[in-house]
Amino acid sequence: MSSSTLEKRRSQLTKGRMPGYVVWVVLAAAVVLGAAVSALIGFNIIVWAILTAVFFVAGATMITAAFGGTRKASDSLMTYLVYGCFIIALLPLLSVIWTVLERGLPGLSYDFFFTSMNGVTGATDNASAENGSPVLGGAYHAIVGTLQITLWATLISVPIGLMAAVYLVEYGTGGRLDRAITFFVDVMTGIPSIVAGLFAAALFGLLFGPGTRTGFVAAVALSVLMIPVVVRSTEEMLKIVPNELREAAYALGVRKWRTIVKVVVPTAISGIASGVTLAIARVIGETAPILVTAGFVSSINTNVFSGWMSTLPTFIYYQILTPTSPTNIDASTQRAWAAALTLIVMVMLLNLAARLIARAFAPKTSR
Amino acid sequence: MSNRIDVKDLNVYYSKFLAVEDVNINIEARSVTAFIGPSGCGKSTFLRTLNRMHEVIPGARVEGEVLLDGDNLYDSAVDPVTVRGRIGMVFQRPNPFPTMSIRDNVLAGVKLNNKRISKSDADSLVEKSLRGANLWNEVKDRLARPGSGLSGGQQQRLCIARAIAVSPQVILMDEPCSALDPISTLAIEDLINELKAEYTVVIVTHNMQQAARVSDKTAFFNIAGTGKPGKLIEYGETTTIFNNPAVKATEDYVSGRFG
Amino acid sequence: MSTNTLTRSEVGGKSGDKIFSGATLAAGCLILAVLFGVAAFLVIQALPIFSADPTDITGGEGFGSYIFPIVIGTIIAASIALLIATPLGIGVALFISHYAPRRLAQGFGYLVDLLAAIPSVVYGAWGYAVLAPQLAVGYGWLAENLGWLPIFEGPASQTGRTILTAGIVLAVMVLPIITSLSREIFLQTPTLHEEAALAMGATRLEMIRMAVLPFARAGIVSAAMLGLGRALGETMAVALVLSGGALTASLIQSGNQTIAAEIALNFPEAFGLRLSELIAAGLVLFVITLAVNIIARWIISRHKEFSGAN
Repeated sequence: MSSSTLEKRRSQLTKGRMPGYVVWVVLAAAVVLGAAVSALIGFNIIVWAILTAVFFVAGATMITAAFGGTRKASDSLMTYLVYGCFIIALLPLLSVIWTVLERGLPGLSYDFFFTSMNGVTGATDNASAENGSPVLGGAYHAIVGTLQITLWATLISVPIGLMAAVYLVEYGTGGRLDRAITFFVDVMTGIPSIVAGLFAAALFGLLFGPGTRTGFVAAVALSVLMIPVVVRSTEEMLKIVPNELREAAYALGVRKWRTIVKVVVPTAISGIASGVTLAIARVIGETAPILVTAGFVSSINTNVFSGWMSTLPTFIYYQILTPTSPTNIDASTQRAWAAALTLIVMVMLLNLAARLIARAFAPKTSR
Repeated sequence: MSNRIDVKDLNVYYSKFLAVEDVNINIEARSVTAFIGPSGCGKSTFLRTLNRMHEVIPGARVEGEVLLDGDNLYDSAVDPVTVRGRIGMVFQRPNPFPTMSIRDNVLAGVKLNNKRISKSDADSLVEKSLRGANLWNEVKDRLARPGSGLSGGQQQRLCIARAIAVSPQVILMDEPCSALDPISTLAIEDLINELKAEYTVVIVTHNMQQAARVSDKTAFFNIAGTGKPGKLIEYGETTTIFNNPAVKATEDYVSGRFG
Repeated sequence: MSTNTLTRSEVGGKSGDKIFSGATLAAGCLILAVLFGVAAFLVIQALPIFSADPTDITGGEGFGSYIFPIVIGTIIAASIALLIATPLGIGVALFISHYAPRRLAQGFGYLVDLLAAIPSVVYGAWGYAVLAPQLAVGYGWLAENLGWLPIFEGPASQTGRTILTAGIVLAVMVLPIITSLSREIFLQTPTLHEEAALAMGATRLEMIRMAVLPFARAGIVSAAMLGLGRALGETMAVALVLSGGALTASLIQSGNQTIAAEIALNFPEAFGLRLSELIAAGLVLFVITLAVNIIARWIISRHKEFSGAN
């Protein structure tokens, strides 16, 4: 050991690492530089943010390169890019949620939830705009329609999806038919929702004459979208039921179907229920299939088998695209965002419920 | 009631693969018979053919006869479910039903088949079965708790209680102690000794000391090599198999020279 | 024979086995029947279009020239979505699987999944009311400075309701699909490979290039394909955001239309031949998405270690 190496205070292992504060210095410089440049081309907070990000990534990468070489530099560049991707992905989420809350909250009122659009005309909206009186009309009919159609879709999809999953997991032997079902269930998850709507419309059009539009047709359309989701999630859940439990039941002289109904399905029930809830959450917000199958009304219809029906998504769509009063669209916009907020809350609650169900009914296994 | 098992010229196949070849064995009523042999020799496969549990695996089939008191298990008119009601089974790993309480686990064989049973009958069946499995004193205060909350050894005795609650004539045990600690193993071995007063017990085990401790008769299975079928090499009184085997391979195995 | 006591069945419900397994098989077959039903009914309802007089079809030049521009429009919108969402989705997936602090990673995952929970009509409304006006400013700038590129040819839309905006909204909607599938594969990268790379002194980027990406390549491709399938068929975002019209090369003018939006906008008032026309358009969309999905699933099934779907 020569004395010169002893005098060298910095460890060999930290050579090439830049001190932690450098990053913050670069960030501060990028913010200032970004502000300066964006001021030159016309100040705008979005332009400022973009420029700051670009300057920071470029500056930090170059300084890292100066300290530790290109390998370190490309590694940190990648790190900045990956973090950047995540931030960019969050922006629309935050923006959507903020928009819906900001514009939807003022529209939530007793009237919104418990009155329909029956009798609400452009004149009503014009009056409320001129007098500053509260916006009349609500989404009661659409909420009723959403619940009814979703309920019927669930009633159709769950038995079919559950039974098909039982077939695939418990009775399937990996033959050609089983592989075909598995494959087409996967393919079915990718059917565009509007095509599912057209299918139901075409089917009922052939059976009951063209232009047959009822809530039930919409429920059939939603089922086409829902069944594959139910099958997939149920299949996954049944597969993780240990084979030992089936064997234990068989060894007690229990028939296969009773084993499935009383041992296998109950063991997997929490996962199945949570999968079904997620499937409901997925179809409750569907718009396109409803447009082509259930039509659109402004009054309350509680009969899914006859007459047109509205749902929250179609309500939002028509309130935005064809405002009730073309001259004073604010009332319609307010109703649309209030409906959007209601819909999102419903979807989020369903997602939350799915997680809670999965946790609450999880089998009490000790191992 | 006697309940012996006689196996005649039994071959077991998985699809085309011959897994166990030409087994002939007579298992005495109310005795403990142990199957020993190296891994993969087909002893567990053979055990499962004694109550047709092998049929759970697609493609598995047998040739030959298995007679329970002279009645062929493989008669075409026989329902495998009936067979399994008469010949119960306990598995390698304890497998109580996780969704059921201790009490419901014991009653599983009755309840899952929708048989009607009065509450008092059910209570006495639960107590009788749990006492039969030496578990009653440990769980009588928490019958409504989930069965999966018990220790491994208790779970295995719960599974035995569950098996004897359907009053079988024969109990098959597939390495029942391999997942248990020594103390739980001892409890199960004691239980096996008691069970033979009422039941015919057949046990597969990897542990030769265990076979020597619990069984009256021992069957040694062996395999000539991978891809070859397993065979029954020697069958006789346990003391003979361990002290004075007739076949060289048996001697090598029980003395620990291979396997 | 008759002396065999085992032939007396003690356990009831033997017919239950047959009925139950039959019912489950029926449910499985029903799913196949539905899928073929979708195709069959669409074909039946679309048939009149092929025997109709070309001049009766919208546009007056037959079905081919009616469908062509909206097929192209669909592909343009989906391509924009995919070009944005694929790199972004891979980045977000890498962030959650390899970059984010361990304790927060799961929470971040839920956050991105929330994107998938928002109904498409809400995205449409957001694109229409919030995003489009913001982007309109940028489009003006693009038309001024990059107007010599055909895709940025002016005059830019004042409302911002263009195919590019629609594509961006679609990108937001397919982002969670690509992210969650990619994340799933990234997490399945054998730890052994990752540690081997790190033990050789690789940086995190080099480890990802050496161990993670090669392992995940097929999965990323199929994730992008599934995202493409979704983008092709997505209706509401486009119907609300895009101010549709004739096919144009410029992405920042009003114009272009997608099949799904064309159907949604016109179906409620359609009857007779127009109805058949829209159903035929739906059939074309069905075939395109079916092909994309089958290719994606085929890639997944060739790489079994990755457990596809949702």
